[in-house]
Parts: sequence; structure tokens; C-alpha cells
Amino acid sequence: MEREQLKTTIQNLIPGIELDETCKDYLIGVIASEELYTAAKQLRSDLDLNFDFLFSLCGLDYPDEDVLIVVYHMRSSQFGHTFCLKGKIQGRENPKIDSVTDIWATAEFHERETYDFYGIVFNNHPDLRRIFLEDDWVGWPMRKDYVDHVNIVER
Amino acid sequence: MNELKTGLETQEYFINMGPQHPSTHGVLRLMLTLDGEIIKNVEPHLGYIHRSIEKMCEKDQYRMIIHLTDRMDYLSCHINNEAVCLAIEKALEVEMTDRIKVIRTIIDELTRLSSHQLWWGVMGMDLGAITSFLYGFRDRELITDIFEETCGARLTMNYNIPGGLMFDIHPNFQKRTKEFITHFKKKLPEYDDLLSNNVIFKQRTQGIGYLSKEDAISYGVTGPSGRASGFSCDVRKLEPYMAYDRVDFKEILSTEGDCYARYKVRIAEMWESLSIIEQLIDNIPEGDFQVPTKKVIKLPKGEFYQRVETARGELGVYIVSEGKVSPYRVKFRSPGFSTLSAMNKMATGFKIADLVAIMSTIDLVIPDIDR
Repeated sequence: MEREQLKTTIQNLIPGIELDETCKDYLIGVIASEELYTAAKQLRSDLDLNFDFLFSLCGLDYPDEDVLIVVYHMRSSQFGHTFCLKGKIQGRENPKIDSVTDIWATAEFHERETYDFYGIVFNNHPDLRRIFLEDDWVGWPMRKDYVDHVNIVER
Repeated sequence: MNELKTGLETQEYFINMGPQHPSTHGVLRLMLTLDGEIIKNVEPHLGYIHRSIEKMCEKDQYRMIIHLTDRMDYLSCHINNEAVCLAIEKALEVEMTDRIKVIRTIIDELTRLSSHQLWWGVMGMDLGAITSFLYGFRDRELITDIFEETCGARLTMNYNIPGGLMFDIHPNFQKRTKEFITHFKKKLPEYDDLLSNNVIFKQRTQGIGYLSKEDAISYGVTGPSGRASGFSCDVRKLEPYMAYDRVDFKEILSTEGDCYARYKVRIAEMWESLSIIEQLIDNIPEGDFQVPTKKVIKLPKGEFYQRVETARGELGVYIVSEGKVSPYRVKFRSPGFSTLSAMNKMATGFKIADLVAIMSTIDLVIPDIDR
């Protein structure tokens, strides 16, 4: 599907989504974290969109705005179009978002990674634990305000 | 709990496979839940060589990032480097010359060949055939020699930089590459004689570790492992970069989805790689091997995504830039990480010995997973 067509289809399907066209590679859609799961489910099950291949899931931290973002990159293996969905979590104190593991199986590992690095809790995740770091690690290392005087050398 | 016919009570138990296990080819720990010898559940424990490459990237300048990526999937080092270079070049909107495009494509395919050769040798060794290990390394040595002459290193090689190549190709490059092709074309049928048509090997791989197409897509299994399940995911075909749009090659697909299919796809890919190199090696266009770029690179504000096909599947580089000398966030979508998540799906119901075959055919490189 071409970008213009993709834009109208997604806008009609998910009225609450905020589309962003600044990226040349794909269309970006930003949505509040509460509505993310429903939006993801719609994108996956819509027959014209059919985003069945979630190829990347990662976190983003914006401490100045007190916002954490979960970025979902998805592609349709049938049609070949790509879309980037961003779930915006307001408040970095106790971030929570619904897990998409029942929509895309690959999300299980990726969400554990995002939890490990950013401390974002994924509701309904089957096994949410740290994936790379030790279980007793303190802090969320990929956050911008993370300080570690022992392991991080400041230049 | 199972009641055997004898009336004996049995129970499930678990064992650790790894972190130091010869068939994991690195430090990966698998916690297996077993019923006798049958696998009930596989739980991978990662992070033994996690080096926080993504965090390091946030402090580094763009040119420095490249040298971290060949430490991820060290068998596809040139392709990893190229992925970052392409992302930067796309953001800066610099067009590469034909010479750069063709040389990069040849180097990519040589890298893929050397990675598959190592995989093939090690795969045989995992299943108890030591000879294949020596055969694989014998042929891989020739490619490593070419790389050594081209860029000065034999492992963790760097040749791509933003804006082209570090140096022009060595005067011997074309001659030696052609010699290698002639040599390897004679040797590749030997691979079939040793393993592909070997009865013991077939029995240990056919019908083992089945992964359906739907599962492959859902778990994000790309590369030869995904294509063996019928998932058409070759980035070289879907989104051609460099000179891949001007060469003629087939995307190898199979529908069987078992270990033998994954094995056959890789063997067929070696033939395709040879053919790609053959088409290009005599037609390297004249021109510059570098396009001028600034010493300190600043990407415009925004986000950029570049994907390439490494020997293991789709590698994605996601860069979020705030317009500074270092990126705001870099994420590497590594093929091994997603492939590993499908391990439980593939191995459940098979025996421990089959798990070794499954792990070999999905071709894991642990630093690529842990990053």
C-alpha cells in the first residue's frame, strides 16, 4: 500500500492516532499508552493492512518531557508496507503499557529487553524479568538520567 | 507426572545446557525442562556477554559506532558495518559511486560465504562429523586471506566508512577472488557428498525442529532460517541496496521448515553468492572509492532506519538523532535475538540430541544476541 493510502486507512481505523510524516522510511503513528493494545490489535487483524511481522520493539526516553515511548516497527509480509507505532507513556515514575505478546510472539523477548533497559512494565506479559542484566541490578541503564560511576566512563 | 506401564512414578526435571557448552558456540545458557529425554520447555538465559553497545553508541560519534558493530555478529562484520554506513549516508543524502556499490556488494557476498562455510563446518562437528569442520575452515581460509589483504584484519574487520571505503581494493583482489571462486566451485559439491547426502546426517535433521511459516513471521525469524519455513524475507530482494538490483540471483525458499530445509537453504545460498560475485568481479566500474563527507558527522534531526541482509537474517539499524554529533538513541534489530525466541517452539517435543541440531541450523552468534 502506498503511503497516502496507508495514511487514510490507518487514520480511519484508529481515529485517536497522531500521524507523523517526518521520517522518509516509513509512516509514524503516535498513540497514548492506554489505547496502544487496541490499536496494535487492529493493525494486525485488519485484512488490508495485515501487519503480521513485528521486526523491532524498543524504548525511548525523554526526561525533559517526562515521557517514555515504546516504539513498535511492523511490516506486512503479504503487502510489504512498513509502519512505526509509538506508544507514549506519560510519567516516568511508574510506567506501564499493555503487552502485545499475544499478537506477535517475538514481542516476548523484545518487551523483556525494554523492561530491562527502561523499567517499563508490560501488563499481561507471561514472564517479565530482566533479560540481559542480573536480576539484582539496580536502576534502568538506558534511561538518560542513569548514573553509574563505576561502569560508565565520562569523557 | 507420568505413570509408566511398570507402575514406576516419574517426574519432570531440568538441566542446564551451557553457559559453557560446545554446541552453543558462545556463552548461552539453556534451561531445559525434560521428561526423560524429551524436551518439555527451553528457556534461554542471555546476557553473559552483554556489552551495552547501544548505550555506548549514545556517547560516541557516528564514525565510532561502526567499529562497535563488527563486534556484534563477528561473522558478518562487513555487512554490519555497511548497515550503519548506509543509515548515515541515507540521512546525509550522499549518493555512492558505482565503484563503491559494486565493491561493497562483492565484499558482502564474500562475508556471507565465509560465514556459511564456518556454519557448515561447525554444524557437521556438532553432529559428530569432525571432517567437515576441517573442510569448512580450509575453504574459509582463502576468503580470510582476501580480507586480510584488503583491510588488514582477519576478524572484526573494518572496511566500510560513511561515504565509501577506507581504501581502494588491493591490486590482487580480483585475481584472488576469481581463484577462490574456481577453487570453491570444485569444493562445494564435496560438501554435499560429506553431509547433504549422508544417511546419518539426514536422519538427524529431517523432520526435526519444525517451524511453520506463520510462526516464523510471528517470532520474527528471518534470514535462511525464516526462508526455510517459506517466509520470503530476503532484504536484498525486497529492498535492494548497493548493487543488488543489478545482479541476477534467486531468493532461496523452502516450505519444509525443518533442520534439513534450513541446511539446504544455506547450501543453495552459497551457490547464489558465488554467482553474484562472478557477475560483478570482472565489471568493477572505474571511479572514486570515497565520496567526501565531513570529518565530524552530524545527522539532521529525525529518525532513520536501515535494514540489510546479513548471513543470519535481517539486521536493522534504528537511529534517532537530535542533530548532535552523537545519536540520541541507537537500536540494533539483530537477527539472532528474534530467532532465538523461536527456539522453544522448535525444540519442544524433541530430544536433547535434536536440540543440538536445531541450534546448529538456526546459526546463532551469541554476541549478536547479547549486543
